[in-house]
Amino acid sequence: MRKYWSFFKLRLMAGLQYRAAALAGMSTQFVWGAMEILLYRAFWLEHPARFPMGMEALSAYIWLQQAFLSLFALWYWEFDILESVKTGAVSYELLRPADLYSMWMARSVADRLARAALRMVPVIFVSSLLPAPWGLRLHLTPAAFGLFLAAMVLMVLVVCAYSLLVYALTFYLTDPKGLMVLSLAAADLLGGAIVPLPFLPEGVRRFAALTPFAAMQNVPLRIFGGDISPAEAPAMLGLQVFWAAVLIGAGYLLTRNGLRRTVILGG
Amino acid sequence: MKLYLKFLSIHLRSAMTYRASFLLSCLGHLLITTNVFLSVVFLLKRFDSVGGYTLPQLALCFSAVLAATSLAECFARGFDMFHELLADARFDRILVRPRSLLFQVLCQDLRPTMLARLLQAAVMLAWAVSAGAVRWTPAKALVLALMILCGAATFFGLFLINACLCFFTLGHVETLNIFTDGAREYGKYPFGVYGKPVLAVLTFLVPLALVQHWPLQYLLDRGPAWYGLLPILALLFLFPCALLWRLGLRHYRSTGS
Repeated sequence: MRKYWSFFKLRLMAGLQYRAAALAGMSTQFVWGAMEILLYRAFWLEHPARFPMGMEALSAYIWLQQAFLSLFALWYWEFDILESVKTGAVSYELLRPADLYSMWMARSVADRLARAALRMVPVIFVSSLLPAPWGLRLHLTPAAFGLFLAAMVLMVLVVCAYSLLVYALTFYLTDPKGLMVLSLAAADLLGGAIVPLPFLPEGVRRFAALTPFAAMQNVPLRIFGGDISPAEAPAMLGLQVFWAAVLIGAGYLLTRNGLRRTVILGG
Repeated sequence: MKLYLKFLSIHLRSAMTYRASFLLSCLGHLLITTNVFLSVVFLLKRFDSVGGYTLPQLALCFSAVLAATSLAECFARGFDMFHELLADARFDRILVRPRSLLFQVLCQDLRPTMLARLLQAAVMLAWAVSAGAVRWTPAKALVLALMILCGAATFFGLFLINACLCFFTLGHVETLNIFTDGAREYGKYPFGVYGKPVLAVLTFLVPLALVQHWPLQYLLDRGPAWYGLLPILALLFLFPCALLWRLGLRHYRSTGS
């Protein structure tokens, strides 16, 4: 366990180096968040009765989405890992006295945390200064806030486990590009990245609930705004645990089996 | 022009060599923009209208923006990767050749996968027309063409600015993506929906509303006819862009690689 922890710390430090890029990214995130809220504001002013969640809960959803983007955006693939599987460089990793899947996991989680750590503070700070329904407000009881934190942790696990499953499948496919493209599109729509899930039509929503994508950003962001009440939250957390277990299990088995099939040529 | 066509065909053929990969990236681009459109469809299913626009009218708006950005992104790809040209000193080689600089930069790369988006724009436009978004007259068809062409030119200018900034930073600048990627993303709704301040910025500072919001008012019979001519005014935006390019060139000292 200790070696994964130190590997994790190493990656975290490396990720924290890119401060200028983070700064540039931040300014765009403010604009994106603001535009998104202005758009929903137009809908809200015109048809307040048809709004499926409170405007304040929605604002919280959008700002947290911007702040923690790198924690759940599936498009932050670890291209190093993908390349290493494709080119066979992964065989070097095998020389290390560590389990490959756990190393990948430590690495993905660390990279995502490093990216988020740089970006989240200013977004959260500025958005909490905005006036009432448009800003980020904390209304949660300490217990509900604990649920939110637990959902965040589980979300990172589900997201990383999903990406790792894709990397593991690269052992079997020659080119994972198609799989990646499809996952991105599905996660965008069914995970609540473009439109929060409550806004989707009934049928689409019901279908989304059956996929792992609904166990990602959808859960913590809605718990924070109070759209998922503390009473409903445990069931959603259970769903996250279920998906994390399934995805980690499948990814682990596929990696092990994939490695066993791999024949490393000398030279 | 003949030379450019030659470059076009070279890039097209090189993209076609890896046909599966080419088709996959087409599919990827398509899925992303289709998702964006689906989000409009889903929201409109719940709310019926926003800012007085119905779904076919929004589809018309989005298709014009999508066509404009895809055209610009297809041909101005050279600007998008301009920082690489600077970093590995390929730009120095360009400087010594006896041809126009902008022309050579544009010839560096192309993005034929954008044709997929163009196709999607055409399909959405056809649907919007058949759903009766607009009462057509020949003048309106002309205005729509102006929106797309002048829109492409405006985005072209934005890409050029983005490239010019590389003269000063030598790295890739992400900030202007707000106007390029962002405009494609948020251009799905007429900019007026986002409120007056946004509309003002996009009218007077970066003239994206001149190729989207204002002419759309004319197409939908919500504004006077001269709104339809505003896309031409947006072309003025290209002058400061060209000026910045000159300025950047004068500032340029090779990276020495």
